Amino acid sequence: MKMITKAVLLTSVLALAACSNKSDFEGDDFVDLNAGPSTGIDDSAGNSFEGTGGVNDPTSVAFFQQSVGDRVLFEVDQSTLNGQGRLILDGQTRWLTQNSDYTAIIEGHADEQGTREYNVALGERRANAVRDYLVSKGIASSRLRVVSFGKERPIEICSQEGCYAKNRRAVTVLAAGLSG
Amino acid sequence: MTLRICIAVLAMCALPFASLAQSGPLRIEITEGVVEPMPFAAPNFVAESSAANDFAERLARVVVSDLAGTGLFREVPRTAYISQLTSFDAPVQYADWKAINAQALVTGAVNVSGSNLSVKFRVYDVFSGAELGSGLQFAGTTQGWRRMAHKVADQVYARITGEDPYFDSRVVYVSEQGPKDKRRKRLAIMDYDGANVQYLTGSEHLVLAPRFSPTGDRVLYTSYETGFPRIYVLDVGNVQRRVLESQEGSMSFAPRFSPDGRTVVYSLARGGNTDIYRMDIASGSSSRLTSAPSIETAPSYSPDGSRIVFESDRSGSQQIYIMGANGGEPKRISFGKGRYGTPVWSPRGDLIAFTKQSKGRFHIGVMRTDGSEERLLTASFLDEGPTWSPNGRVIMFTRETQGATGSASLYSVDISGRNLKRIPTEGGASDPSWSPLQR
Repeated sequence: MKMITKAVLLTSVLALAACSNKSDFEGDDFVDLNAGPSTGIDDSAGNSFEGTGGVNDPTSVAFFQQSVGDRVLFEVDQSTLNGQGRLILDGQTRWLTQNSDYTAIIEGHADEQGTREYNVALGERRANAVRDYLVSKGIASSRLRVVSFGKERPIEICSQEGCYAKNRRAVTVLAAGLSG
Repeated sequence: MTLRICIAVLAMCALPFASLAQSGPLRIEITEGVVEPMPFAAPNFVAESSAANDFAERLARVVVSDLAGTGLFREVPRTAYISQLTSFDAPVQYADWKAINAQALVTGAVNVSGSNLSVKFRVYDVFSGAELGSGLQFAGTTQGWRRMAHKVADQVYARITGEDPYFDSRVVYVSEQGPKDKRRKRLAIMDYDGANVQYLTGSEHLVLAPRFSPTGDRVLYTSYETGFPRIYVLDVGNVQRRVLESQEGSMSFAPRFSPDGRTVVYSLARGGNTDIYRMDIASGSSSRLTSAPSIETAPSYSPDGSRIVFESDRSGSQQIYIMGANGGEPKRISFGKGRYGTPVWSPRGDLIAFTKQSKGRFHIGVMRTDGSEERLLTASFLDEGPTWSPNGRVIMFTRETQGATGSASLYSVDISGRNLKRIPTEGGASDPSWSPLQR
């Protein structure tokens, strides 16, 4: 099992390294993660699935991330959605309604100012605030799962409010496939 | 991995003052707060076989490091020695040790035969000219030589302080690598002083907060192996792990063993609410101990298993509460300004260690179990997650530095607030859990 994981990772690394020189690698095992128009999307937020379309394709994951907005931010120690957050989630609702093949994992996160386990619990509150809002707008709860990473996965690394504000987030991470 | 250590009282040779030793004046009263460490000498142990030469110095160095590392003892430099130790049984020249102001003298001898190693030692009260306690011998393997050094140091520490020892113990923790936004974590275990590191998991999945079982044979921890936080129990001996039962659509984390090692108390989060549960580890049957809409987490049993201390934000901010082991109405014990979390009951039962956040700073502190006599032991940008030494005298915790290049290290501090020091680790380290004293 571990060997398989490694092999897949290795293949991915090779694929990335080989962008300019794909033909060398297009064997049977080759999975091109960069297929489709180049988007230049920074998926550091952890979206694990790249859609087939670019940011201009309204059915693409890139469009969801960039144009709809895949995340909402929270105040210190709060899990209440603000006006801006609800606007983004209204957009997510529309997108999820139109793209019913997608499921989503909502990841809750906290900034580093807090103890580890409390922050896991706080991130779970934030993720559920998003989930509850989406469900209240008609998204089937079976399409949504939540997870909290507490303060373990910051996207900004400075120790100032400017960074903390971006880390206190809930990110809707899309996945293709049947809801389960 | 298992190392058997036999303890045997050495036949007492002609040592006329041995029986006086227990009432001698050589004594450190830790509770009074030691300001001036006690000077002691520990010459290289005597090698009683040629194969023992390698170990004679190394053993003495570890004994010295253990004792001096407490902050309660100070080694008299060897360059000051007048007497040299050539034979374990030769009479001690007390005047020579007095002259260099060594109040305690530790002598030892090592014998190696094949992979077997034995160490014997004596402790002398130099100023009253008497042995303190009687000689002891430990037998083990050459591979386990550090443990035997810790065993010797434990005896010396216990005889002079009257406290239970803690050097022959281990720490399980999270080893960290990489920058803050790409940090990789894996479980590791080491001796309490940072030696003998062994990695228990890979770093492909996020792991959090390992906790030793009361006998040190198992570790509970949280892993994101499935993509969601779940609790695992790992056998330290064979490094086999298994996931504990969990409820679909929930996250479980913050586990700790009960004092009998049969039950785990932990947090379960579902639907935006985190409460405390307990589970019988063998059967997987669980029951809910709190049911409030607030966050209840970081549970820790009292040493007798009758009560559980935990944190809750039911009052609007994190505070510490105590409830019975079966749940029921909890009693709040923290009332100072700031937020209190990660409470851990001391092995002696008398104190609760905690993390406090106040005015943008983090502290490790202790309070009595009724919340009185709060004392803050540390202050920094981010200190958290205390764990107790087996004797309840020392606390180890995580300290994380600030900014984009911030990283985590393990520190320890005496419960007097003295002797703050970093534990050497390869790379970053967090979430320590201190084992019981090894048998």
